Amino acid sequence: MKVMVFYLMPYAYLDQGVKDKYRSAWIVLPNTYFDPVKGHALYNRYLDELELCDELGFDGVCVNEHHQTAYGMMPSPVVTASALARSIKKGRIAILGNAFCLRENPLTLAEEHAMIDVITGGRLISGFVRGVGSEYFSLGQNPVYSLERHQEAHDLVVRAWTEPGPFAFEGKHYHFEYVNLWPRPFQQPHPPIWCPSMGSLETIEWAAHPDRKYVYLQNFSPRVAVGKYLNLYREIAQQRYGYEATSDRIGYGAPVYLATTDQQAIDEARPHIESLFNVFLPKFSEMMFYPPGYMSPESLLNVMKLKKANAGGVKIEALIERGIIFCGSPATVRAQITEAHADLGFQEFLCMLQFGTMPAELSVKNIRLFADEVLPALQALNVSDYRGFELPKQAAE
Amino acid sequence: MPFQSQTIDINGSKLAFQRGGKGEPLLFLHGTEGLSQRPQFLDDLTAKYDVIAPDHPGYGQSPTPEWMDDVSDLAYTYLDLMKALGLHAAHVVGHSLGGWIALEMAVRSQERIGDLTLLAPAGIHVKGQQKTDIFMIDPDEQARLAYADDKLGAAAAEEANAVKYQDIAIRERIASARFGWRPRFYNPRLGRWLHRIEVPTLLIWGDSDRIFPPTYGPAFQALIPGAELVTLKNCGHLPHVEMRVETLAAMQTFMAR
Repeated sequence: MKVMVFYLMPYAYLDQGVKDKYRSAWIVLPNTYFDPVKGHALYNRYLDELELCDELGFDGVCVNEHHQTAYGMMPSPVVTASALARSIKKGRIAILGNAFCLRENPLTLAEEHAMIDVITGGRLISGFVRGVGSEYFSLGQNPVYSLERHQEAHDLVVRAWTEPGPFAFEGKHYHFEYVNLWPRPFQQPHPPIWCPSMGSLETIEWAAHPDRKYVYLQNFSPRVAVGKYLNLYREIAQQRYGYEATSDRIGYGAPVYLATTDQQAIDEARPHIESLFNVFLPKFSEMMFYPPGYMSPESLLNVMKLKKANAGGVKIEALIERGIIFCGSPATVRAQITEAHADLGFQEFLCMLQFGTMPAELSVKNIRLFADEVLPALQALNVSDYRGFELPKQAAE
Repeated sequence: MPFQSQTIDINGSKLAFQRGGKGEPLLFLHGTEGLSQRPQFLDDLTAKYDVIAPDHPGYGQSPTPEWMDDVSDLAYTYLDLMKALGLHAAHVVGHSLGGWIALEMAVRSQERIGDLTLLAPAGIHVKGQQKTDIFMIDPDEQARLAYADDKLGAAAAEEANAVKYQDIAIRERIASARFGWRPRFYNPRLGRWLHRIEVPTLLIWGDSDRIFPPTYGPAFQALIPGAELVTLKNCGHLPHVEMRVETLAAMQTFMAR
C-alpha cells in the first residue's frame, strides 16, 4: 500500500467563537478573522510538516483546493504544490484536487500542472474535481453545468497534455483556437489522474470507464459510505464495463491521530477534531453544499440518505465509532486500517495528520508516531492481504 | 375544473401547459416556484380571459431539451408558442423569472403581445441593490421570505421544507439555476433594449418584497417607456398570491383599457 499525508491547511488560529456569530466558516465568515502574520507562520509550519513526512518515508504529500473559507487556506493548491516541488525530494506531490471546470480557461491549470510535473521529474498526481458545492457560490460558476464542464475540461486538458499542438478545441463550454502547451508534462502520456469524491455516482461511473480507469478516492466519509462507494467502483467496472478494477485504482482518505494509549489519543485529538466538524465544516444551508444541478436528483437523494445532518455538537467518540476518523494507540489504528484494507483492498491510503485547531506540537508528534509505528506495516500491505471483491448477490444474478 | 392540461412541441421542446377560460388570450409565465400548486389567481382570471399557463422547460411536466441554456432560449420558445397557438394581442403576464422572460420576448417581438403585466420581474440589475440569493438559502427560508405576512410565510416555509427533496422540487431548483444562476436572475444586456417596448406595461411590486427589493420597480419604470407602477402595501414577492384581489383589480383595470 502507498501511504500519503494529506493536509487541508486550516486556519488553525480561528477564533472558535465565530460559530455563534456566523452560520458557516465558508463564504460568509469575514476575512478580517484571517491574520496574515499568523497565516505566514501557519503556511510555513504546514509546509515544514509535509517536508518532514517526505523525510520520514511517506509515499507523498497531498494538497487541495477550497475557496473563501477558514477550513483550508489553499484557494490555489498549485501554489502549495509549487512551494513543495523542490523540497519534497522523494515522494509524489498530489493535487487532490484542482477544479479545472471552475476556471474560465482550464488550460492555465494544465500549464501549471505540467510545470510542476516537469520540475519534479514526474512526481505529480493530478486530481480532477468539480469542487464542493460552496465553490459554485465563491467562484460563481453555474452548478447546473458542473458535470458537463468537468468532463469537457478534462478532455481539453488531457488532449493538451498528450496531443501535438497547436490544435483547436471545439467544445460546448470551452472553445479555444490555439492549444499548444509549453511545457508538455514529464510523465507520459500524462500525470496520473485521480478522482477524489464524496460519493457521486456520476463521478464513480466516469472514473471507472475503461478509457480512464482513474484512481477513485473516497475521503472523509463514514466507514459504511467508504465501503459502499469503493465497492461500487469495482462493481461498475465489472458489471458495466466488463473488467476487474485493480486495487491500485482504489483510494481511501481519513483523519488519523495517534498517541501512546487509546484514551490519550482521544483526549489529545478531541478539541481539534471537534473543531473541524463543529466550527470549520458546518454549512450555511443544505443548498450551499448541494446547489441545484451539482448532482443528479438520484445522486442527491442517495447522498442525503447516507449523510446525517451536521448541526454541530459532533463528538469524537461518534466519529471513531462511525469510522470517519482513526484515533487511538498505534496498535489500535494499525489493526483498524489493516482490517479496512483486508475488507476493501485500497492500495492508496491518505492520512490527514493535522486537522482543525491542532497545534504543531501535536501534529509533529502524530507524524513521527505514525511514521515509526504504523507507516511500515501499512506500506507492507499488498493485494494478497485483500480478501477480494465479490459482486453483491443481487447484482451477480 | 376550468383548466385542461395539454402539451405542444415547440422546436423539440415538449411544453406542458394548462389552458382554461374564455375571452382575450392571456399568457401567464410563472416564477421559480412553478405551477405545481396553481395559484387561485389563475382560476380567477379564467372568468374573463383565455388563460394559457405553461410549465417552463424543467418545471412541472415540461422536460428540458438538451439545447436549452438560458432565458433567451425561453423567450424564443414562447414567441413560437404564441405563433403556434395563433395568439394575437395577448395579455402577457409574468411573475419574477416569468416577468424576465416576458421582457426578453417583448424586446424581440411585440407582434402578438397586446400588453405586459410584470409582477416583481427579474431581468435587470441595479448596482448596489442586492436581491436575495435564493440559491444560498434553503427552500423553507426562501418560502418564508417570499411573504410579507409572517404567518403566511411560516406556513409556506413548513410546506417547502416538507417537499424540498421531492423529485419535482429538486428538478425545479435545477431549472431555476439553469436560467438564473449566473449572473443571478438578470441579463446585463437587457436594460439597454427595454426602450423598444411599445406595448402598454404595468409593473406591480410589493413594498415589502424581500426577494427582489421594491427599488427595482422605479428602475424598470425608468427603462420601459410609459410603464405604470403599482406598489402594494404590506406585500411580499408574490403579489398575485399574497394580495390576490388587489393585484387582480390593478391588472383588470389596466388590461381593460
